[in-house]
Amino acid sequence: MDSNSLFYSLELVAGSGNTLNIEQRTALQTSLVILKKNYKFHRVLFWGKILGLKEDYFIAQGRGEDEMKDKKTLYSFNCMDWMLLAPATDSVIEEVSKTAKGRFVGDPSYVYEHVEIHRPGGRDDAIQEEEEVVTKVNEESRLAVTVHRIDEEASVVPRGAYLKSPHGLVQINRSFGGLSHSEAGKLDNFLHFSKAKNLKKKSILEMGDLNPAIDFLDVLSDDIPKGSWSLQLECASRVLVLRSLLWPGLTFFHLPTTPQHGHIYIGDGRKNLDLPFML
Amino acid sequence: MESTDGNDAKSEQRLKSAAALKSFMLKSSTESKLNLYDHLSRVLLKVMDEHPDNAVDVIEDVSREVKRSTLRDLPQTTAAELLAEQQRLLFSRPEEADQEEELEMQRVFLALKQLVESQGLPRCRLWGKILGTESSYIVAEAEYREGEEEEENTEEAAEDEERDVEKEMNPLPQSAYRPPPTVPKEALGTGANKFAFYVCKEPGLPWVKLPSVSPAQITGARQIRKFFTGTLDTPIVSYPPFPGNEANYLRAQIARISAGTQVSPQGFYQAGEEEGDEEDETPRDSFEVNPDFEGVPVAEMAESLSTWVHHVQHILQQGRCTWVNLAVKPGDDSNEEGEGEEKEEEPDEPEPEMSSVLTSQHALAVLRSNLWPGAYSYASGKKFENIYVGWGLKYSGEGFSQAVPPLPQKEYPSGPEITEALDPSVEEEQVLKEALEEQQAPRKRWMTQTTRRRRMTTERT
Repeated sequence: MDSNSLFYSLELVAGSGNTLNIEQRTALQTSLVILKKNYKFHRVLFWGKILGLKEDYFIAQGRGEDEMKDKKTLYSFNCMDWMLLAPATDSVIEEVSKTAKGRFVGDPSYVYEHVEIHRPGGRDDAIQEEEEVVTKVNEESRLAVTVHRIDEEASVVPRGAYLKSPHGLVQINRSFGGLSHSEAGKLDNFLHFSKAKNLKKKSILEMGDLNPAIDFLDVLSDDIPKGSWSLQLECASRVLVLRSLLWPGLTFFHLPTTPQHGHIYIGDGRKNLDLPFML
Repeated sequence: MESTDGNDAKSEQRLKSAAALKSFMLKSSTESKLNLYDHLSRVLLKVMDEHPDNAVDVIEDVSREVKRSTLRDLPQTTAAELLAEQQRLLFSRPEEADQEEELEMQRVFLALKQLVESQGLPRCRLWGKILGTESSYIVAEAEYREGEEEEENTEEAAEDEERDVEKEMNPLPQSAYRPPPTVPKEALGTGANKFAFYVCKEPGLPWVKLPSVSPAQITGARQIRKFFTGTLDTPIVSYPPFPGNEANYLRAQIARISAGTQVSPQGFYQAGEEEGDEEDETPRDSFEVNPDFEGVPVAEMAESLSTWVHHVQHILQQGRCTWVNLAVKPGDDSNEEGEGEEKEEEPDEPEPEMSSVLTSQHALAVLRSNLWPGAYSYASGKKFENIYVGWGLKYSGEGFSQAVPPLPQKEYPSGPEITEALDPSVEEEQVLKEALEEQQAPRKRWMTQTTRRRRMTTERT
């Protein structure tokens, strides 16, 4: 969520059970402003918190010119000193998904190991060479990959909040007035804020209703399995809260008829793969 | 004189008829709740204010506009407003307008007060909040009133009677299968049923009491992993089938979470001294607040876990807090059960790992459970509290694997005594008969020879 609106947005997502105490909030407000100036971000968001066994990571994200591509992620332990996280490449993602299991420990230099034994087959008589392939991954890369995956799969924006210019630049829509009460009740009006994968599969009839400047992202209701998002009205039905069941801990809030929206992740950074059993 | 009297009479009559017309105009219409008098006065006021050109031509439009604007006073009540109306009852004292932006917690506290007053509970505290896919539950934990008894389900008894009647009329072959005896529920006020739980969806809505939990439901809840939907009567579709609907599942999870995560600083509670001969095996059920407790310094509490203790009994594998011996027949069975009893007294669930976090310089120690994510406890001096806000699910480690249905039962082993064989045909029987006759044939021939000799001798003489 945007650092400008941090102080009241946190109360709106507190219904999920996680919030920051006053000390952390005040520290964040000061340090995020400093961060914005130092890195020359257009906007700084407080992305969330990943809980570990010994320590928790606070994650912030800065946005540049293009909201989708110019993203930089930083982490901190005390909301004051921020360290930059390297962006996650495909090879790192693969390594991390093989090795890192269980909860986050809380120490960025902790190393996860995974040992694979390759036995080149085909030779029964000759000596079988056993190659031990050890993949090592440290927690910092696991953190970067987790943030990247959550952004890919679970970041939500309301329809109309972002515009795509004909050059491909994604920017905030300054004249977004918010979804109306009836629109906010439908999952169709919420989009994933990541590169669209399902858009090409839509038929021309469906595309006819859509506006290419606004609808360049995937709709939430196309997610598989169906029912992996929980839409609720909270705080005496004033705030719309979307919770992801695939990444438990991700909460998106929106106040209908106002342009206020944002999402935050507070959880232990593990995907809920048991979801099909649980619905 | 006559003219003035006449004038007075006429004016009186005119006044009377004017009053009559006015009361007629003041009658509100049955359909639109407007009355002609108010409407005309408003129209004329509008004409006075606006001075439209060609007023007489546009007077109908003016009248229509005035009507439309008065009708708009009936607001479209949104869901938010309806809920706000209900929650307004919580605020019994007249509140100022800007205090309506109170946080959710304030409303929850007022709702709890309402619960205590309406149900007459001795003590009540907020247990926490369980999130669901469609809506969430706010859970309150309360002590039972004295003398409260379990309500018997009369519906179930009626069904049993019907079934018995049918059986008497058409006696079907009874199967020899006796299902394993069900573990009895714990009595109200003890063990897993120590507290009563009330849930509501939003503060201000009526509280619903959850039924007491049975051991079968706890063991069932241990084997399945499901999200809550937010409505108490949804059926739980799962394997192994859960005995009950969402209200029972919710109550079972609440019992498990309480047993696993309710902690207090060491020394806060001491064992009740009412029981005379306390055996070491029976777990202590009652505890009282230790009056001598002085409060452990916060730094100590945050550093090590040994200063925190569980003050709620663990739930055994059987599903209860106290072991129940199910053996009815004497002899071998009781010996086996006796051995089992000694083993099972250890708490079944592993000690939850907790991470303590010192949150601020103003000395508050917070404990966060890793086994039940969402369970928090805090302590500061003499005060402490437990709360749970989460999805109601246990940390599952590597992943949840569903229970596999049992293998299909094997058929009776086939042997000669039950294998079918074809009945012999008529030709085969004939062949067999002839074979048997041939075996007996030499005897028959011998017999005929002797009879021939006898005949011959008789013929000679």
